Amino acid sequence: MKIHEYQAKDLFKKYGVPVPAGGVAFTPGEAAGIADTLGGFPVVVKAQIHAGGRGKGGGVKLCNSLGEAEKSASGIIGMNLVTHQTGPEGRLVKKVLVEQGLNIQKELYLGIIPDRASAKIVIMASEAGGMDIEEVAEKSPEKIIKIYVDPLAGIYPYHCRDAAFGLNLPAASIKEFSAMLKNLFSIFVDYDCSLLEINPLVITADGAVIALDAKINFDDNALFRHKDILEYRDFDEEEPLEVEASKFNLNYIKMDGNVGNMVNGAGLAMATMDIIKLAGAEPANFLDVGGGASAEMVENGFRIILGDKNVKGIFINIFGGILRCDVLAEGVVQAAKKTGISVPVVIRMEGTNVETGRKILSESGLNLITAVDLQDAAQKVAQIVRA
Amino acid sequence: MSIFVDKNTRLVVQGITGKEGQFHTRQCFAYGTAVVAGVTPGKGGQKMDDIPVFNTVNEAVKKTGADCSMIFVPPPFAADAILEAADAGIGLIVAITEGIPVLDMMKVKNYISGKKSRIIGPNCPGIITPGECKVGIMPGHIHKPGGPVGVVSRSGTLTYEVVHQLTQNGIGQTTCIGIGGDPVNGTNFIDCLDAFQKDPETKGIVMVGEIGGTAEEEASEFILKNVTKPVIGFIAGLTAPPGRRMGHAGAIISGRSGTAQGKIAAMKQSGIHVCENLGALGKLCASVFGYA
Repeated sequence: MKIHEYQAKDLFKKYGVPVPAGGVAFTPGEAAGIADTLGGFPVVVKAQIHAGGRGKGGGVKLCNSLGEAEKSASGIIGMNLVTHQTGPEGRLVKKVLVEQGLNIQKELYLGIIPDRASAKIVIMASEAGGMDIEEVAEKSPEKIIKIYVDPLAGIYPYHCRDAAFGLNLPAASIKEFSAMLKNLFSIFVDYDCSLLEINPLVITADGAVIALDAKINFDDNALFRHKDILEYRDFDEEEPLEVEASKFNLNYIKMDGNVGNMVNGAGLAMATMDIIKLAGAEPANFLDVGGGASAEMVENGFRIILGDKNVKGIFINIFGGILRCDVLAEGVVQAAKKTGISVPVVIRMEGTNVETGRKILSESGLNLITAVDLQDAAQKVAQIVRA
Repeated sequence: MSIFVDKNTRLVVQGITGKEGQFHTRQCFAYGTAVVAGVTPGKGGQKMDDIPVFNTVNEAVKKTGADCSMIFVPPPFAADAILEAADAGIGLIVAITEGIPVLDMMKVKNYISGKKSRIIGPNCPGIITPGECKVGIMPGHIHKPGGPVGVVSRSGTLTYEVVHQLTQNGIGQTTCIGIGGDPVNGTNFIDCLDAFQKDPETKGIVMVGEIGGTAEEEASEFILKNVTKPVIGFIAGLTAPPGRRMGHAGAIISGRSGTAQGKIAAMKQSGIHVCENLGALGKLCASVFGYA
């Protein structure tokens, strides 16, 4: 789960991690009101969306007066912000963060992530702050310090010293930085983060260490023990069909193509999208109805897929293992009748009781096209959407 | 021969009295697995069918000599169940549970490091040596006993698809392992590849990967240096958008890392026969493994 910068900074404040003074505004008037309390200019107005690259897209403005702050906020709120992370369709901005401007001496990068291979928590730090860290990693990996922390032992002062001296921090800032890093690590562990990133972390002219930006993602699997974080969820940032699907425990991701597809199991669902593309068509979605799809899940799946008006054909790919194909076929027929499917449906099923399953489908009187194997199915559905 | 499980495996099921636990215990038992015990705290002394239920894994191990555990415990309690099994001396722990927090698994993995227990999973279908022993939720009947091919995969139903195609083409399997779709797992590709390489009955390997992480890249490097048997590779997720979790917690492209394209390139460089069309995987296996 992702949250906004201003929400991440709320968490930072709770843990004593310094952030610039400021607040979130939903209208230009509110933005000016916050700017007025900051005790001077410049102030910064920052679009709040769940995507990076906001500055380059015109979503971050430096303002030198109240009038400017209000004008910038009115330009940003309601704008469709396009960044390299939003895709070409962009994202509607509904709120801005208004913060005091700082006298920046040095920009750093600081990130904390789980390392899959070593099962350690990695602190990544770099003097190349404010830049695309992946580009830094690719072009000059020597500029990134990586510190591996055993999740059982937790963070120790030497980890913080390794980072501080590695970053060539001024002596006056080392103590403050170390305390901050320890607190950030606590946030990471206490809240089961999957990413905690500050880019840039700044050292000001008077030696203060301040998180100018803040990005936190949470492990979805751990949200059951962080009910307070769930309150940060912003449905405006999510695709409506995906929100709907999540209510039924369906793993649905909307895509740009026109072949709707429904599959049991995530790996097989990805492979099904791939084979649709290989057959010359484009998948409209990813939809995993689970290893043991029930008739009810299939029915909800149909409704979600048909909620996407681009869908011109549907490909159902089920590997019936423990779930028998005849039971599944009954489910598909019932669901199709209930939902009133308006587009052709190609079904490929394989596994236990497949013959009975196919018979149920072909005798249903519905416009269900059965396929003998994966390739056959992909070609049939690709042909349908091309016609 | 086979790897990790065979006809001598003695299975204890943690979470045996739950709905999933009961169902799959019966399936494993029907397949011929020696299910010797179950564990559900508070239900010790009861029986599930004819299988004795114990309060703790320790007790189950002492009374029945169980050496392998299959875990159906819900995510919030799964790390506890895995560690309980490890401390009770269980050699092979198969964690089926989906949805365990990453941090929990990281702690488990660090704790277990250097101990004799091996974890398979979590979020996996389990492991099967066809005709001998099934520890997991996969449909047994799609498998063909006797080898000569070993299968290792990050997925569930996609593995069934692959195994089904092998069987349809007359190609049997030595052992099939689902290592799970989570970012941090116990046994990885390399562990399985190494074991398959050392298993004399296994003559070829099918490796099924997907987007996210760099396990396939590391496995490819390992294959180049250490595996002399032919390997066929498949990667799911060529069309997956970046930054989205594709069902599995571990199936996510982060920035430039974890793409299907990168994994396929690494596999090709290591001499792996990459299957680009899942529909034709069985035929490719037949040709590479000499069944055509």
